[in-house]
Amino acid sequence: MAELTYREAVAEGIAQEMRRDEDVVFLGEDIGAAGGVFKATVGLLKEFGPVRVRDTPISEQAILGAAMGSAMTGLKPIAEIMFSDFLAVCWDIVANEIAKARYMTGGQMSMPLVIRTANGGGSRFGAQHSQSVENWAMMVPGLKVVAPSTPADVKGLLAAAIRDPDPVMFFEQKSLYPIKGEVPDGELVDELGTAKVLRDGDDVTICALAAMVPRAIQAAEILSSEHGIEATVVDLRSLVPLDTKTILRETAKTGRLVTVEENPRLCGWGAEVASIVADENFWDLDGPVIRITTPHIPLPAADELEDATMPSADRIVREVSEKID
Amino acid sequence: MASKPKAAKGEGRAKASRKKTSAKAKSLANDDIGEETRLKLWRSLLEIRHVEQRAYDLFLQNLIKGTSHLALGHEAVAAGFATAMEKDDWTFCTYRGHHHTLARGASMEGVLGELMGRECGLLQGKGGSMHLTSVEHGAMGSYAIIGAHLPIAMGAAWTSQYKSTGQVSVCFFGDGTTNIGAFHEALNMAAVWKLPVVFVCENNLYMEYTPIGDVTAVENPAGDRAGSYGLPKIVIDGNDADEVYRTAQEAYAKARAGDGPSLIECLTYRHSGHSRADPGDYRPPGELEAWLKKDPVPRYRDRLADFGIDKKVIDGIDEKVMQQVEEATEISKASPTPSLELIEKDVWADGGVAWRN
Ligand SMILES: Cc1ncc(C[n+]2csc(CCOP(=O)(O)OP(=O)(O)O)c2C)c(N)n1
Ligand SMILES: [Mg+2]
Repeated sequence: MAELTYREAVAEGIAQEMRRDEDVVFLGEDIGAAGGVFKATVGLLKEFGPVRVRDTPISEQAILGAAMGSAMTGLKPIAEIMFSDFLAVCWDIVANEIAKARYMTGGQMSMPLVIRTANGGGSRFGAQHSQSVENWAMMVPGLKVVAPSTPADVKGLLAAAIRDPDPVMFFEQKSLYPIKGEVPDGELVDELGTAKVLRDGDDVTICALAAMVPRAIQAAEILSSEHGIEATVVDLRSLVPLDTKTILRETAKTGRLVTVEENPRLCGWGAEVASIVADENFWDLDGPVIRITTPHIPLPAADELEDATMPSADRIVREVSEKID
Repeated sequence: MASKPKAAKGEGRAKASRKKTSAKAKSLANDDIGEETRLKLWRSLLEIRHVEQRAYDLFLQNLIKGTSHLALGHEAVAAGFATAMEKDDWTFCTYRGHHHTLARGASMEGVLGELMGRECGLLQGKGGSMHLTSVEHGAMGSYAIIGAHLPIAMGAAWTSQYKSTGQVSVCFFGDGTTNIGAFHEALNMAAVWKLPVVFVCENNLYMEYTPIGDVTAVENPAGDRAGSYGLPKIVIDGNDADEVYRTAQEAYAKARAGDGPSLIECLTYRHSGHSRADPGDYRPPGELEAWLKKDPVPRYRDRLADFGIDKKVIDGIDEKVMQQVEEATEISKASPTPSLELIEKDVWADGGVAWRN
């Protein structure tokens, strides 16, 4: 076991796969010589050289177009979109092209590529550099959607995403880059579409993703010590494929479901999870589903405003303790 | 992968065919294209012309639904570029892409069947007219969002550069496409990375209904932008299959030599409206008639005659192609509609559509 930061785990995951497979290439803005604006790709240019690690112009459509064109002809590109907000300028390539090519062509084309991007708030960057947009990707058929919460998951899920024959949107939560965690030594390859139960409790099941996971765990500890409520915490890790088996099993066990979502309210992933649970676990539920989200507003920048806007451990504790007796 | 230009290939045959030529034909001695290639070009022109004409007829019979963007008038661009390609080169084109797909060798029933939504279609009805694709023929897709496929073609060229395969990616698009950002992003990155990609603008003077000159800051929408990316301005007669063929050869040779991309503007004209629903009323009187005088198909028939190629051979190919179109039409009409099972296939590489366990 080594202790790595979330950002170091990104570079480790990419390096592990680039060492293994010559067809894996990496491109994006400032990723090579500069090591990435979040320093998540330090050392890759040095190890793999400028033919495999390519700095690009500020051309998001060209970056993702290059990823798509190279993927359909035999490479396994990893493309970085610096901030997930910038996906809006190249969403055509993601949603209209990459996601649909295999289906529209009756299976003639393969799209083994990964789009990595720094997602989410908590860094005081304001509304155009802080959005949590994994639900944009989740609603497009043909994209796999992954959002890890720990360094070990970053490395293992990134490796799995690179090996996956389908396009994977890999959302790294940017406020998590400095966090540290144990990462197993040696080759690490996780499995997409698998949620993890991080804490076991009988009273309520909290489903969370990315930066909301540590907050949910913190809230669970407080709920236990101060309110006598024992929560199960499920880290979804992947929205597509969605591990509904684990969600349904863990929800049936406690009879209550809480989703903690960083995205603004409407059409967040929690709405889909709530709908599935209502459809398939209705008779196991003891009360309404509780969705805790960022309000339906653009994210404000100042410390106090941003902190009061995103779901916090305190807010999770408050909402859960008020609504569950 | 052969990296030499094909210019000299047909020379011997051209000489042989010159035996029975007229005085005028003799003045064209030492022609670089040669009879065999010319007849290939001729066949390709006719295949496109007759299939597109047939597609139009099938609309009128309501056997083709949805929309469709015919390339009547653009035949020489497709025939010239495709005939100059190697088999494993890659074509990327737009919703106006029947001609490019056919020119790479996709079957007529594959194209017509797809337009008709039949099982024999290239995509078994899942793509439709705007998305014709035949990977086995190097036809790497028809893209219906303006500009998207320029960066994608550039990415394919990255593969050939990375793997040193010598393959060239050829990307066709319209004049209107030169005003969208993706065009500029792709041109710049392809030039900086020196990628083996050839960007071909089919300038038919109109975007959908608006004349390109009304919305573009320069006279040649592609040609006048080339300098911004360190590329030479190349504007050619897109209705002359020979000129297109020669220009393609040069661009492919440059790409295979590792000297980077080309941007070529082909002046041409569509004989029909933008799409099925468009009668083309916005065109000034006389414009279509003037362009019909430069129709690439009869023009090439005259060219072949000038080279002393037997009228029987010229007409024989025409008849043969017409017969193939008839057969393809019958096959398509007889083909069943696609199985509904296809709906839940091929979102993922495992062939399925599951998003949950
Ligand atoms: C991004 C985008 N904007 C608008 C359209 C609608 N549209 C379809 S074809 C077309 C005109 C394109 O003109 P041009 O590039 O000259 O190609 P042509 O149709 O003449 O071959 C437009 C505006 C589209 N498909 N995609
Ligand atoms: Mg046009």
